[in-house]
Amino acid sequence: MQVSFLEDTIVTLLRLAVTDLPQDVSKGLEQALEKERNKTAKSQLGSILENVSLARKQSIPMCQDTGIQIFYLNVGSKFPLIDKLPIIIKRAVQRATKEIPLRPNTVNPILHKNPGDNTGLHIPWINWKIVEGSDLEIIALPKGGGSENVCQLGMLTPGQGLKGMKQFVIDSVIASGAKPCPPTILGIGIGGGADICMKIAKEQLLKPVGQRHANPKIAELEEELLSAINRTGIGPMGLGGDTTCLDVHIDVAMRHPASFPVGLAVQCWAARRASVLITKDGRAQFITHKVD
Amino acid sequence: MTTYNLTTPISEETIRSLRVNDIVYITGTIFTARDEAHERALEWFEAKKKLPINPSGLCVFHCGPIVRETDTGWEVVAAGPTTSTRMEMFEDKFIEAFGVRVIIGKGGMGFKTAAAMKKFGAVYGAFTGGAAVLAAKTIRRIINVEWLDLGMPEALWIMEVEKFGPLIISIDSTGENLFEMVNTSVEKRRAEIYKQAGI
Repeated sequence: MQVSFLEDTIVTLLRLAVTDLPQDVSKGLEQALEKERNKTAKSQLGSILENVSLARKQSIPMCQDTGIQIFYLNVGSKFPLIDKLPIIIKRAVQRATKEIPLRPNTVNPILHKNPGDNTGLHIPWINWKIVEGSDLEIIALPKGGGSENVCQLGMLTPGQGLKGMKQFVIDSVIASGAKPCPPTILGIGIGGGADICMKIAKEQLLKPVGQRHANPKIAELEEELLSAINRTGIGPMGLGGDTTCLDVHIDVAMRHPASFPVGLAVQCWAARRASVLITKDGRAQFITHKVD
Repeated sequence: MTTYNLTTPISEETIRSLRVNDIVYITGTIFTARDEAHERALEWFEAKKKLPINPSGLCVFHCGPIVRETDTGWEVVAAGPTTSTRMEMFEDKFIEAFGVRVIIGKGGMGFKTAAAMKKFGAVYGAFTGGAAVLAAKTIRRIINVEWLDLGMPEALWIMEVEKFGPLIISIDSTGENLFEMVNTSVEKRRAEIYKQAGI
C-alpha cells in the first residue's frame, strides 16, 4: 500500500464530490422539476440542473463554496497505514485546493487568517469508525457555509417529545427561508445528548435521496416532515414554489430520561458527497460515482 | 413576468420600469463585493477617498468567486451568489453613496435596502444560489481586481459579462419584495401545516 496511491485517490474523491452531484440527488431535482407548478420555481430548478450538468461535463466545482472538508472513515482494524491517514488526508486536501481548484475556506476564528490551503486547526475534520476487516471506506462531505449556518440544536423536554421535534424542525425551516439554498436535504438526530444528536443529524446527510429508514415508524416521520415542509411554499431559493426539501433522513439514539435532544443538519441542493472503498492490497472502488 | 436584456451603465428610468418577477440578463460590467468590501467602500466614502472603480449605473454581485491566476491573467472558475442578508447593514448607504442600479445575490434583502431602492432607483436580482458554473459561463473576463488584501472571496472582482442571468427581480423600485410576499404566504400556512403534522 503506497501513501501516494491513497493521496491520489483522495484528491480524485474530492474532485468527484465537488464536480459531480450524486445521481440520487440529481434524480431528486429532476423529479421535483416535473412536479413543480410555480413558474419561478421551475426556472430555478432548471438553472440548477443546467449548472449540475455543466459542472459534470467540464469537471469544475458546481458551487463556488466548496465548503469545509469533512471526512467519514470506516477503517478495517487490519487496514495498513491507519495512523498515517490524517496526514495523508491533509496533504490530499492541500493538493485538491490547487489542482481542482477548491476555494480556500479555512479561516482562523481568532486571528482572521486564511492559510489558503483548506487546512488548519482541526480541519479537515475526520470522523473515525473502526470496523472489522482490512478495507477502508472514505466518505468525503464538503460542507457549504450557507446551509451550515442554519443547522440547529433543540434541547427539548420529554414532554414536548416527537410533536415538539416536528414543530422544532418546521419552525427552523420556516425561519431559515431562502438562506440554505433550497431545495434542501435535512438530517435529523434524536436522542443521545447535545453533541450526539448533532453528530447523528449530520451523518444522515450521507444517505441517498429517496432512502427510507428501516424502522417503519421512523420512515413515517421522515415522510410526514418532508410533506409538511414542502407545503410551506418557500420553494427553490426561497422564491416560492412546491419544492422546498428533497428529502428528510432521521436516526435516533437512546435518550436520558430528562432530555429530548434534537439535532437538525441542513444540506443545500448541492448535496456533495463521494465515497470510495480501498482494499489493503491497493485497489480503489468508487461507490457513489462511476469512474472509468 | 417580462424578460429584459440590459447593458451597463443602466439608467434610473430603465430600472424604474422593472417589476417583481421580471427576468433580467446583464451585459457589461459587474463587480463583486461582500461584507468586507462593502465596509471598506463606505469607510472610503466617509473619508472622501475615491474608489478604484466608478460604480455608478453598474451591478454589485454578492459573490466570493473561485479564481485562478494563469499566464494571461485571472480566470473565473466558479462564481455563484452568496447570502445577501449579511450585506443588509450596508446596502442602503451603498446604493445612496455610489448609485449602483442592480444588486445581485441570493436569499433577498430587507426593508432598509428595499426603501433605498425605492428612493434612489435600484433593484435586487436573485441569481440561483450555487449555480456557480452557469454564472462563470457568462463572465467573459476579469477586467481588474482591487482590494485583494481582503482575500480571494472578499476582494473586488470587476468583470465583463455577457447575458449574465437569469436574474429574478425580487425587489423593485416601487418597494415590492418577492421574498416578503413568500414569507407572508408561508406564515399564513403555518397553522394548517402544524395541524396536518399533528402538532
